[in-house]
Amino acid sequence: MEEFAALLDSLVYTRSRNAKLKLLADYLRDTPDPDRGWALAALTDGLDFPAVKSSTIRNLLSERVDPILYALSRDFVGDSAETASLLWPEPEAAPSPPSVAEAVDALAHMTRASVMSELPRLLDRLDSDGRYALLKMATGAMRIGISARLAKTAFAQAFGVGVEEVEEHWHGQTPPYTALFAWAAHGEEAPSSEGIPLFRPFMLAHPLDETVVDMADYAAEWKWDGIRVQLVRAGDQTRVYSRSGDDISGTFPEVAASLPFEAVLDGELLVRGSHQGGEEGGAANFNALQQRLGRKVVSKKMLAEYPAFVRLYDALIVDGEDLRELPWEQRRQHLEALMPRLDPGDFDISQVIEAKTLDELAAIRERARDDAIEGVMLKRRDSPYIAGRRTGYWYKWKRDPLLVDCVMMYAQRGNGRRSSFYSDYTFGCWDGDPDQGAELLPVGKAYSGITDEELKWLDKYVRNHTVNRFGPVRETERTLVLEVAFDSIHSSRRHKSGVAMRFPRIHRIRTDKPAHEADRIDSLKAMIRD
Amino acid sequence: MMARDFSWIRPEPWGIHVVPADAWIDTSRPVARALVTHGHADHARGGHGETVATPETLAIMKLRYQTDAGAVPVAYGETRSLGGGVEATWLPAGHVLGSAQILLEHAGERIIVTGDYKRRPDPTCPPFQVTPCDVLVTEATFGLPVFRHPPVEHEVAKLLKALADNPERCVLVGAYALGKAQRLIAEVRRAGHSAPIYLHGAMERMCRLYEEFGVDLGELRLVSDARKEEIAGHIVVCPPSALNDRWSRRLPEPITAMASGWMRVRQRARQRMVELPLVISDHADWDELTRTVEDVNPYETWITHGREEAMLRWCQLHQRRARALALLGYEDEDD
Repeated sequence: MEEFAALLDSLVYTRSRNAKLKLLADYLRDTPDPDRGWALAALTDGLDFPAVKSSTIRNLLSERVDPILYALSRDFVGDSAETASLLWPEPEAAPSPPSVAEAVDALAHMTRASVMSELPRLLDRLDSDGRYALLKMATGAMRIGISARLAKTAFAQAFGVGVEEVEEHWHGQTPPYTALFAWAAHGEEAPSSEGIPLFRPFMLAHPLDETVVDMADYAAEWKWDGIRVQLVRAGDQTRVYSRSGDDISGTFPEVAASLPFEAVLDGELLVRGSHQGGEEGGAANFNALQQRLGRKVVSKKMLAEYPAFVRLYDALIVDGEDLRELPWEQRRQHLEALMPRLDPGDFDISQVIEAKTLDELAAIRERARDDAIEGVMLKRRDSPYIAGRRTGYWYKWKRDPLLVDCVMMYAQRGNGRRSSFYSDYTFGCWDGDPDQGAELLPVGKAYSGITDEELKWLDKYVRNHTVNRFGPVRETERTLVLEVAFDSIHSSRRHKSGVAMRFPRIHRIRTDKPAHEADRIDSLKAMIRD
Repeated sequence: MMARDFSWIRPEPWGIHVVPADAWIDTSRPVARALVTHGHADHARGGHGETVATPETLAIMKLRYQTDAGAVPVAYGETRSLGGGVEATWLPAGHVLGSAQILLEHAGERIIVTGDYKRRPDPTCPPFQVTPCDVLVTEATFGLPVFRHPPVEHEVAKLLKALADNPERCVLVGAYALGKAQRLIAEVRRAGHSAPIYLHGAMERMCRLYEEFGVDLGELRLVSDARKEEIAGHIVVCPPSALNDRWSRRLPEPITAMASGWMRVRQRARQRMVELPLVISDHADWDELTRTVEDVNPYETWITHGREEAMLRWCQLHQRRARALALLGYEDEDD
C-alpha cells in the first residue's frame, strides 16, 4: 500500500503526460502480482466497493471529529477522502500497512453492517498518505487524470509491447489482470481477443478562429451539446466509449444494447427532451444528461426519466468493412444508408446544415442560440477519418457568448483544482434604477472563465470584503462588477430575477466600473429568445 | 466579577490600537508610533514616526525600506513604558529572526499579541515563551484541524532524497525570502548536507543579514554567478513567485519544490504547480495553536488572520471565551 500511496501522490503532483507514463510504467514493472493489477484497476476506476460510500466516510468522521470542525475542514480541503485522511487520529502503534491486494480483499468483504467497524481498522494501519490512497480506492473517485488510454499506454511502455496489442488483449480481462501481466511481462500466451469490441481513437476538430474556409469544400453540421461517444459492436458484445476511451457501457446500458449489427459508429450521446432539435425528434439540455453521467448503477427510474440515445456523426466500420480511408462524403452515404437498420428511438442522424457561404452559416449559427447547441462543425467533404486533430479537415465554430455586467454578491469555495479558494461567485443585476433605490437580484452563479492570477485576486477580494457569513457562503460588499459571458438566457419562475443563464462564466473583472453602472434585469430579459 | 471589556486596546481593520498610549501594533497605515512584532511585510510597514521592535526586526525593516529613521530597539524580555500607564514587553515568538509577542500591561490587565508564532524548535530564532495573560490575541493562519505539520526532519529527508535520486537535476525550493528560506537552509545543514546551496538574487541580502546575527548557513552561492552544469545535483532556493517564472529556465531540469504549511493539502500544491511539496511552516499548526491557548490559559482569546471560525469553534467546545478579529491583509499565502 505504501508504494501505491507514493505512486498516487506522485501522479497528483505530476503534470506532464510523459512523466505520468514513466511513473506508472515503473510501478507496473516493479510491483509484483496481484498488487499491480489491483492498483491498475483502482487507477482506471475499475473497482467498485458498494459498502463504502462518501457518506460512510462522513459518518466515520462524525464519530471522531466535531461536525462543525469537519465541515470547515472539508470546505477548505475540497475533497472528502483527503479531509478524512488528514483528520484521522494518528494510530499509537507504528503502522503495519496492508498490501493493495489485502486492502482490496478486505474492502470487497465489507458489508453495510460491518463497514463502520472494519474500515477504521484498516485506516489505523496506515499513515495519512496511505489513508488517502485507501479512501480514494474505496470510494472509486481517483480523479487524477489517468484515462484508460493513458493506463494502457503506460502498460505498453512498461513491458515494451505495442499499445494496440494491449488494447486488444485488455478487453475481456478482469482485475487483477494476471493473464495480461503474464503475457506482457513473462512472454506467456496472450489472452484471446477474438470478437472483442476495441476502441478506435476519435477524430477531433480545431477551433475555426480566424480561418476562412470555402463552403464548397466543407459540409456543416450542428455541434450538439452532449458527450461524444463511440459505439463498437464485435462478436456479440457492444461497448460505449467516451472521448478518452473509457468504457461507459455500464452507465448507458440501453445504448449498449441498441446496436444490432457489427459496426464502429461515432456520435453524440444525448438524453431525450425538447431542447435540441434533430430529424427524429429532440434532445434535452445538458443538465438532463448530467443526471446520468458517472453512475455505476443505473436504476429503472433513471432509464425511464432520462432515456439516452445517440445522434450519429460518422461511420468508421460497418459489417466488417473499414470505411476510415474513404472521404467524409462517402462515409456519410454509408451512414445514411444505415439508418433504416437502426431503431429511431435509439438513434438519429446529425443533420447537415445547408449554407452556401460562411456568412450564411454564421447567421444560422446565431439564430440557433435557443437550442442550446454549442455551435457548428465544419468537415471537409474529402476528409478521411484520422485519429486526433489534423489541420484543415475538421473545424468547430462555437457561438459568440452574450455579455452582461453584474455585481458580485456571494462567494463560496470551490472543489478540486480550485479548492480552498473562493472561486464560485453569485452575481446580480439591478431590478430598476440603482440611484432610485433599486435592489440587486441574483441572476447567476459561475466558477470558471478566470485565470489563476484572477482567481487569487478574487479570493483575496472576497476575504477582505466580506460583510456576512452563512456557513460556507460569504456575502460580499456589493461593489465589484464582473463581466459575465453566457450562451443563452431563459425565463425562469424558479429565480426571483425571472431569468436563468446557460453556461455563465466570468469574462472579465471590471474594477474600472462602479456597481451602479452594472446592467439591469430588464436588459437581460431583452436577450431572451425562447 | 464584572464583565471585562479590555477597551483600552482596540482592534481595527488596519491594526491593533493601544489607546492610552496611542500606539499601533503591526498597522498597515503610517502612524506616529508603531509597535512591530516581526519583519514580514504585512506586519512591518514603513513610514511610521517611531517604530519599536527588536534589533533584528529593525535591521530587517532597514534592509527593506532603506531607512531606520525613528527606530527604537528593544531586547527580548525588556519592558518599556509607552506612556498613558501602558507597559510593553517583547517576548520570543519562535516565528522568524527577531519575531516577538508583545505583552501589554495596563491597570492590572495583561494582553499578549502573539504576532505570528510557532512552537517547534527553529535553529534561527529563540523559542516561543509561554506567558500568562488575560487576553491572548493569537494568529490562526493554520487554524484548521487538517493542518498538522510533520516533523521538519521528515520533510528535509524528502528533499535530500529527491536530490540524491536525481543527480543530473536540481531541486528548486520556493521559500519565503524572510525566515523560511534561512530556516530551511539551516535545517538542511543540520541534516549533514554541506554542499553549496544556490540562491535566487532576491534571497541574498536576507541570508547575509541572518549570518550577521550569527545564524550559520554554510556555503551559499548565487545562481547568477554559476554555470548551469555546476548547479546539477544541488539545492536552489528562490522566492515562491520565481518558481514558475522564466528565471528558472536557467536551471538544469529543476524539480519544483515548495516549503510551506499549505503543502499539506494536495490541491494547494497542485495549484502552485509543485512537484515536491515540503510541509514546512513557520506558523503554529492546529495542535500548536490549541496547545498554546491551553498553556497560556487566558481569560479570553482573540483570534486573528486566518481560519478564525474553526478556532472559535474549538474554544466554544472547550468552554473558552473567544472572539474573532477582522484584521485586513494578513493572509499568509506563501508560508
